[in-house]
Amino acid sequence: MEKFDIIIIGGGPAGLNAAMRLSNMNYKTLVLEKEKVIGGKLNQWDKLFPDFTPAIDVLKYLTENIKQENTQISTSTSVTKIDKSDNLWKVTDSNNNEYLADAVLITTGFDVFDARRKEEYGYGIYPCVITSVDLEKMLETGTINFPIETSDRRRRIAFIQCVGSRDEKSGNHFCSRNCCICAVKQAIEVKEVVPDSDVYCFYMDLRMFGQHYEELYRRSQQEFNVNFVRGRVSEIAPTFDNRVVLKAEDTLLSRPVKMTFDLVVLMVGMNPSEGTKTLSSLLDINDEYGYVVSQDEHVADNLTNKAGVFVAGTCKRQLTVPETMKDADSAAIEIANFLNRR
Amino acid sequence: MNRHHWIEYQKAVAPDHYFFGRSCIRQTFFTGSETAFIDIVEKELGLDICDDARQHTCTGIGYHSDIIPFLTTSTVIARLFALMTEKGYKNYVPSCITTFGLMSEILETWEHFPETLAQTREALYKATKREFEVPENISHPCDIIYKYRNELKQKMKYQLVDKNTGEPLKVVDHIGCHYAKIFPTKGIGGAEFPEVLSGMVESWGGSIVDYAERRQCCGFGFRNYLVQADRGYSVSNTYKKLESMAPYEPDLIVCNCPGCTMFIDKWQYTIAEMEGKTFDKYGYGIPVLTYEELAGLLLGYDPWKLGFQIHQVQIEPLLDKIGIKYNPEEKFASASGKQLIPPEKPVNLKV
Ligand code: SF4
Repeated sequence: MEKFDIIIIGGGPAGLNAAMRLSNMNYKTLVLEKEKVIGGKLNQWDKLFPDFTPAIDVLKYLTENIKQENTQISTSTSVTKIDKSDNLWKVTDSNNNEYLADAVLITTGFDVFDARRKEEYGYGIYPCVITSVDLEKMLETGTINFPIETSDRRRRIAFIQCVGSRDEKSGNHFCSRNCCICAVKQAIEVKEVVPDSDVYCFYMDLRMFGQHYEELYRRSQQEFNVNFVRGRVSEIAPTFDNRVVLKAEDTLLSRPVKMTFDLVVLMVGMNPSEGTKTLSSLLDINDEYGYVVSQDEHVADNLTNKAGVFVAGTCKRQLTVPETMKDADSAAIEIANFLNRR
Repeated sequence: MNRHHWIEYQKAVAPDHYFFGRSCIRQTFFTGSETAFIDIVEKELGLDICDDARQHTCTGIGYHSDIIPFLTTSTVIARLFALMTEKGYKNYVPSCITTFGLMSEILETWEHFPETLAQTREALYKATKREFEVPENISHPCDIIYKYRNELKQKMKYQLVDKNTGEPLKVVDHIGCHYAKIFPTKGIGGAEFPEVLSGMVESWGGSIVDYAERRQCCGFGFRNYLVQADRGYSVSNTYKKLESMAPYEPDLIVCNCPGCTMFIDKWQYTIAEMEGKTFDKYGYGIPVLTYEELAGLLLGYDPWKLGFQIHQVQIEPLLDKIGIKYNPEEKFASASGKQLIPPEKPVNLKV
């Protein structure tokens, strides 16, 4: 059974950043990634808010700076079992390999909310309804595919925020924190690809908390004429010509609105990934959603109440990419301290 | 239409031994529906159903019009449960969607606020000396027909198919708001795309029309209709629905709620009188059926025994389309065979 200093479960931005830091400190590191390729959600995003950095650049930076001789990466591998054995952690993977390590770092991240659960929005039913992840794929190719052809009218595109977040019905009370600014970014990108279009964002409130977010929000209105409507969408239904009609309430005008769109983009929220749910429950460190609970959010946020098990990134809560990277940095420091004390 | 997430959701429907609760509205406006349901359960499916003559209102319309308070309503409903208990049944089958929604609401309230159940028991006992068990299962008759839709299909003489073209008939399903919009888990397929009627239609050969105002209320809305000054809201709701479905040229509308069946049917006459407008190509209107009437027709029951004479939009064009045999002479014949005077014809809606 091979022994490592640290096993990192999850090869997304948090896992790779921690692997980069720890391998450069000469710790023998194993990264287990359930997908065929490493990179996690960086592979699903074209450009990152708020400065339109290509996601691939971040991924490249991480992979180029991991110290290869100290790092082993195993893809298409998920964890099925994890338990303590003589002061070490024994991890069993989906290929029945067993590994030992002094420490384990959980970086299993998030999955986007399954938009089909909000049936009233018609995802998977009407081709005009897509998610922010689908749009990102289109933006990568530089074209927006409208399901219905037209030559004689301006295109209309809607963004709906808080899909599967802050929502009693889907059981997710939390804010996903990324989707407001992501919608602003994507609205600008859509206007760049289809300048002859009208873009509307339907929001509950716009949470522009990060540096440069407000500025981007202002630019989207002043330079790109993106319209923001405060009101939650109640339902989306088909029109006779196979577009979709959206019903909402404009709560600033106190009026119901009903508008027809060529494309509706659902800003899907962040849920704990299946891997996050499995591990948090295997280790009994899960919250009500299945996120991993850290030991103390204020002073020990990379520790768990299992000695030698650490946590970083969006398997813990909703974080942006820069926040995730910094969280992984601090996890690497905690792990190095832990290993040095041994 | 692609399948959706909730389609997999099936609520528990008791398989047999039903205590039937009749509907005030349905017995008046859809006179053959409840008898057809009992016949389908007993004769077609060979199951046991109790039709107790002592039953009474659920107070639903009064409750939703804010003239009857909750405790009164829950006590009246408790009396219905007491009748069921006395007869030895555990599965309540309320014919009306209003009763179904109200019973669901009351059971949920009792669960979360057990003191209201204790108050209800006390009030019922003081008033009637009766006691009751909470039903183990509350299913609407449409749940039961849905559950046995494929068994019924085997017995059907007709399909929802145009006999001339061989094409499936285009059917609008309209689900009563109180079926699953209040408690999504109480309805088959959830609240947004309930499967209960579309499942029957598709099983019986028809195709479902998905249109913009599919979830829009029928227009009844209790006070929107009951307060005369508000009736414009009621008509305009129905108008909005009909206008939205019209381009798809539906052959029929099927409903599971008595209010919806009545208003979508009768407001077609009102709109035709007010605006000279009908929502089909030929000026006859779109027929509106209860699901039991639909099942009964396909099983070969006599349309006049099912009560289609009393509908506003007349059924004959649909019968001809499917190829269902009927005797026009018997349309307005009494039970003894005497010809009754046919009702006056509307000006704008053809019959
Ligand atoms: S970030 Fe914005 S869109 Fe996303 S859940 Fe929070 S408020 Fe809603």
